[in-house]
Amino acid sequence: MAHAAAAGLVAGLLAYAAFGGADFGAGFWDLTAGGAEAGRQPRARIDASLGPVWEANHTWLIYCLVVMWTAFPAAFAAVMTTLYLPLGVAALGIVLRGSGFAFRKAVWRTSQARLSGIAFALSSVLTPLAFGTVAGAIASGRVPARGYGPPFSSWLNPSSVMSGLLAVAVCAYLAAAFLTADAHAAHETELVDWFGRRARVAAVVTGALSIVGLVVARADAPLLFDHLVHRAWPLAFCSVAAGVAALLLLRRASPRLMRVVSWVAVTTLVLAWPVAQAPYLLGTHTTISSAAAPQTSLVPLAIIIVIAGAVITPSFALLYVLQQRSQLHEG
Amino acid sequence: MVFHDDPSQLLPAREQMAFTLGFHIIIVPFGVAFTFMMLVANYRGLRRGDDDALLLARRWSKVSAVLFAVGAVSGTVLSFELGLLWPGLMGRFGAAYGLPFAVEGVFFFLEAIFVAIYIYGWDRLRPWPHFWSGVPVPLAGLGGTASVVAANGWMNRPGGVTLDHGRVVDVRPMEVYFNGAFWYEALHMFLAAYVVAGFVVGSVYARGMLKGRTDSYHRRGFLIAFTTAAVAMPLEIYVGDVAAREVFHHEPAKFAAIEMTTKTATHVPEVVGGVLVDGRVRYGVPIPAGASLLSGSRPSTRIRGLDAIPAAVRPADRIVTTVHLAFDVMVGAGFALLALAGWYGFVWVRRRQLPRNRLFLRCASVAGVVSVIALECGWVVTEVGRQPWTVVGLLQTDQAVTRAGQVWVFFTATLLIYVAIGTATVAILRAMARSWRVSGGRDASNIPYGPSARSPVRSSTGGKGSA
Repeated sequence: MAHAAAAGLVAGLLAYAAFGGADFGAGFWDLTAGGAEAGRQPRARIDASLGPVWEANHTWLIYCLVVMWTAFPAAFAAVMTTLYLPLGVAALGIVLRGSGFAFRKAVWRTSQARLSGIAFALSSVLTPLAFGTVAGAIASGRVPARGYGPPFSSWLNPSSVMSGLLAVAVCAYLAAAFLTADAHAAHETELVDWFGRRARVAAVVTGALSIVGLVVARADAPLLFDHLVHRAWPLAFCSVAAGVAALLLLRRASPRLMRVVSWVAVTTLVLAWPVAQAPYLLGTHTTISSAAAPQTSLVPLAIIIVIAGAVITPSFALLYVLQQRSQLHEG
Repeated sequence: MVFHDDPSQLLPAREQMAFTLGFHIIIVPFGVAFTFMMLVANYRGLRRGDDDALLLARRWSKVSAVLFAVGAVSGTVLSFELGLLWPGLMGRFGAAYGLPFAVEGVFFFLEAIFVAIYIYGWDRLRPWPHFWSGVPVPLAGLGGTASVVAANGWMNRPGGVTLDHGRVVDVRPMEVYFNGAFWYEALHMFLAAYVVAGFVVGSVYARGMLKGRTDSYHRRGFLIAFTTAAVAMPLEIYVGDVAAREVFHHEPAKFAAIEMTTKTATHVPEVVGGVLVDGRVRYGVPIPAGASLLSGSRPSTRIRGLDAIPAAVRPADRIVTTVHLAFDVMVGAGFALLALAGWYGFVWVRRRQLPRNRLFLRCASVAGVVSVIALECGWVVTEVGRQPWTVVGLLQTDQAVTRAGQVWVFFTATLLIYVAIGTATVAILRAMARSWRVSGGRDASNIPYGPSARSPVRSSTGGKGSA
């Protein structure tokens, strides 16, 4: 049952990486889109694509927190007491990002719109960076089982910094790919080129960072590296294949296929982490089963997750279908 | 409470939790109850072809959009804070205390999804399906409120856990969720959401009417909001009375603080106002045997005082004073609002119209602020009244708090960001209202994360399909 809860956690992580990640990445492109005039069109596309879905996408984070603290309470406390600096940054980053995004269309003066736009965009980069360092810290065993690890070196180390950068790159890639597809669907030819170029650059950067990440892991977290190489290689293969396919398809494929292929590329890349780390929850010192809550807590949690899946999946499907359709309609 | 050996992070952690929760709780009624009022307006607009009601529904949905965004992110901060500030609570009791939050997560998902569909559905969905896409929102709000309050109730009257050397070894989820304090706390908060949303929105339109905007649009807005609050108010007072008696029976320490009862006795007076200094009640106005009468219907009802609490876990004087005054203000505000609701109901029954005189409108225009004060005070009563416990009998607050990190720094950053966001929210809502006044009727102003102004605006009263 502990492993079922861990699988539920991984599912939430993947969903957050795919849906929430794309939203963060959109903020990255928003930040780098240039001045008010030059960036008007890409920003309008980002607004249209994110508007209806960002809060629902963001909910996956709450899901991950809830599953973590119910199923693995002591490990949750250990992560929180060790990595409170990046997690505090992430929490405040989420506030700035959400409200900045909601506010910027509501204000009429360019200076105010710019201010809330900057809040949205900067925190969109800062938050995945912080979350990435947290992932790196957990993976490389920097979180002691009893918590209260070193407040700085736990996340300012080669593994954490690498995974932080990788998180930003993955988000940026996913967003550029999704936005290319959205622009394609809306027949915005200029924007297809604009986001397509950026998707290509981001894909190359993500690939390069993944390779550097492996080298870093080999030196910094040898056991994790071992598992990555021996166990997670099929995932890495899938990720590369899907990534290359997405680049080749960028202009030609239907928007839907494009979305699926780039989603596969990112999901398999992220999935490599938990696959390499199993059966451990924290580093390679605390196992999933040893950190788990009592069975009588895990069973109701699993039931709630199943009900959630049954209720939420069709609701999400409805939301996304409506969004895609209205885009077609609007263009 | 002994202060000299408190962990250094206790004060900032409590201040931060109080501040962020106090911020978030003002937003909650709008997700739970304002969306209900929005659907009432929408229903009326469609059923009776009432264009004013339909315009109200549309504008209210835009306001909901802003507030929902702020609520979503400020709620996320609270989730982080549970771990960042109170790892002793989550680490030891997450297996039980976390479950109600898992249920809440499901409702939050649904709320986020259907809020988005409803807000973006104007002009794109056919009118009735669009209306129904909004119906899950207040229902999810009800479920979400119940779940969060279930977690809070569990802190007041924990149950459903078996401990072995302080470790949770068995969890009975139904007993955790439906704990002793669940029903009265959840109902009290749920009704409070309707009271606050109704009076706050009502006060906005009352202010408009005072300025001479007495057209049918303003009257309709006032009517829907104020009627909601006026119906909820007497129920809220009734549930509050039941809750106070439950607290008397099952949370004697909190009750002693509420009544500022120092010594266990019968014929305990109800002290209105006053403070506790060096263990003595000062400056209060006592009503003879009032507290005994209210809690047990007889003057001879025995109330356990602060002296019945072991000295080691007895709340300090200033905590007792805070709880007592917060309770008095909550009850006072509640009865003032009840009187206003009664006035409204009386005139409505007699003349089938709104009270026209300016005094009523002036009172109504401050009712929103008063209801928010009552809400905050009620929350102070239940939270501060539990101190020094985080989970009564199981975990003290100084054991729950983090021992890591510069919480003051985190708190300062949080404070700055929240002040900025609070100010921006108010400014944006006022600017939206201004632009609506200028545009008068149908509008297509840019609203945050709503359908962009580019989309064609047409009346939804006709049954045309789209998209």
